Amino acid sequence: MAQQITIDPVTRLEGHGKITIQLNDAGEVQDAQFHVTQLRGFEKFCEGRPFHEMPSLMARICGICPVSHLIASAKACDALLAVRVPPAAVALRELLNLAQLAQSHALSFFYLSAPDLLLGMDADPAKRNIFGVYQTNPQMARDGIRLRQAGQQIIEILGGKRIHPGWVVPGGVSEPLTELKREQILAMLPEVVQITRNTLDWYKETFQRFEEEIRTFANFPTLFMSIVGENGRMNVYDGKLRFIDAEGKIVADNIDGNDYADYIAEAVQPSSYLKSPYYKPLGFPAGIYRVGPLARLNIVESLGTPLADAEMPAFRQLDRQSSFHFHYARLIEVLYAWERIEQLLNDPKILDEHVRARAAVNADEGVGVAEAPRGTLIHHYQIDKDGLITRANLIIATGHNNLAMNRGVLQVAQHFVKGARLDDGMLNRVEAVVRAYDPCLSCSTHAVGQMPLHVQLLAPDGSVVDELVR
Amino acid sequence: MSRVVTLKIDDRDVSGRDDETVLEVARENGIDMPTLCQVDGLSSVGACRLCLVEVKGVPKLLPACTTYVTEGMEVWTSTERINRYRRQIVELLFSEGNHICAVCVSNGHCELQNLAIRLGIQHIDYPYRYPKATVDASHERFGFDGNRCVLCTRCVRVCDEIEGAHTWDVKGRGINSQVITDLDQPWGESPTCTSCGKCVNICPTGALFEKGKSVAEMTKRGEFLPYLTTMRGKKQR
Ligand code: SF4
Ligand code: FES
Repeated sequence: MAQQITIDPVTRLEGHGKITIQLNDAGEVQDAQFHVTQLRGFEKFCEGRPFHEMPSLMARICGICPVSHLIASAKACDALLAVRVPPAAVALRELLNLAQLAQSHALSFFYLSAPDLLLGMDADPAKRNIFGVYQTNPQMARDGIRLRQAGQQIIEILGGKRIHPGWVVPGGVSEPLTELKREQILAMLPEVVQITRNTLDWYKETFQRFEEEIRTFANFPTLFMSIVGENGRMNVYDGKLRFIDAEGKIVADNIDGNDYADYIAEAVQPSSYLKSPYYKPLGFPAGIYRVGPLARLNIVESLGTPLADAEMPAFRQLDRQSSFHFHYARLIEVLYAWERIEQLLNDPKILDEHVRARAAVNADEGVGVAEAPRGTLIHHYQIDKDGLITRANLIIATGHNNLAMNRGVLQVAQHFVKGARLDDGMLNRVEAVVRAYDPCLSCSTHAVGQMPLHVQLLAPDGSVVDELVR
Repeated sequence: MSRVVTLKIDDRDVSGRDDETVLEVARENGIDMPTLCQVDGLSSVGACRLCLVEVKGVPKLLPACTTYVTEGMEVWTSTERINRYRRQIVELLFSEGNHICAVCVSNGHCELQNLAIRLGIQHIDYPYRYPKATVDASHERFGFDGNRCVLCTRCVRVCDEIEGAHTWDVKGRGINSQVITDLDQPWGESPTCTSCGKCVNICPTGALFEKGKSVAEMTKRGEFLPYLTTMRGKKQR
């Protein structure tokens, strides 16, 4: 009898999602899907608003990575003004985005994924959380809290508040950096670099234990996409889009953000509010690609900071297709973020007082692209002659990963689901594979909510035969 | 010729001229009360009712900004009843428009927001109306966002009484009232607007704003008004 298993909602994600596993008559997994069941409609309600409000408005899409939306949005607005953002403002925006990257990765790694990594996938769900981590390895829990806090503090020092800083504006930033703030941030760095290195050492010892998961965790060939800076170097603030294939060969390079629509198309599926972008030249669904830390590290030729670059040879030895390595990539990126912040702060130009370019509306369309913790963000706005938004299109990191996440869930389900029963170990892994992408469903559907867990097992006719609510 | 009268405000003996309002005499004596539609230098219309006071022997509450002092008057500016009404008025203002402070250009510099803070309002007990309002961004330098207008008519009065242009006016009645430019034309096409910006700077909320301002960046400079009125007053003398 064909049955369907639904995991709804999935815990320890940002937002709300649901997983359905379809069984065939032989009781084998035939299909699996990750649904996003809310809709927030940011694209719709910003219509008619003056575009100068967009950065702050769009930052409200997410409370975890508002900064990245702020930045992608401000870049789209820079394009509407057709101005060149002063170099100090570019550096400050990059710095802010790096702080965001570090704090968000720390949240993902320590709070959301460390419970699985430290306590094991089969540990009691009641303990498999940050508190369980605290009981087993208090130092690790403290480290996680410290890293996240440091990222947040830097955002606060720069932007005036932690969650929705309003400092990034069309044309630049609203205030220059002071010497005092520069010193404050610099003073934080040695400690967090050390913590990050310790964590990397621990992780390198640990992850080998997850050999089976690495093999089966959304491990399949796809394209990867991210922006890269000059000379193929990592840059989370600005650069050109690049796609590589599963072997690491460049398939499309040097793509200007304005031309994204020539390369990326979005499919809409009835089962989910999350749109499924795909690489246009390959069509749907063959144009599946992944974004985020794993994609970035697979794509860039170097990171450009010494400690992080030193981690790369070992990372490159790994199976680059396994989404399990998102975790590893995240840690390397945190290290990169601290080092890059230091580089930026040590450049005297960062204190320059010219941080904002002003202009009236000079273009009726603008695209802003930046790397958010979870991957590439694309904000695309059109305005009328008065500067009011007529259309906004947002392609969000979790959206890019949608197809890959679905395929990942299918792969894990096929491997771990045995028979038409729901068992915790299987559920945990299905969940964990989704979590490896660190999907931010609130961002991607522009949705709010908590992520409890609900699993359904459906017969071929769609009736529920088993159900599990956590 | 005005005469000096003596009266009691909040049980204090005070004196003022009989061509002064209760609000003026109270403020001269260091007694403050919340106001919104009233601005020094413009005529008072008593539109917002925030300055309501209790007057002995008068059963209804009277707006201090349009009530003149009289001999022997007894006034209370901050009773339990008045404060309750004031909170309700501000709550109604919030529920009547679409005031999304977090993403407003005037966040942190808004008189409506300050009033709410001053009156200790933390949530709105009335259902929101979510009116469908529009943004007029046709003017080259300024914008009008109807979502944030509290209909205080300060813009209307400053434009008429100080600038002399009378670009702004009010159309409709009651809940359908709206401020408009000229004969309800786009502001950018207004033949009377001199682009002086007085309305923008006198508007208590983010309803009138300078284009190019991002969230929380719109600070109003209302100081121009007392300067202007004082200077003009001197010249006429
Ligand atoms: S636009 Fe401003 S000044 Fe004019 S009535 Fe509305 S709130 Fe008052
Ligand atoms: S201030 Fe007196 S009624 Fe508005």
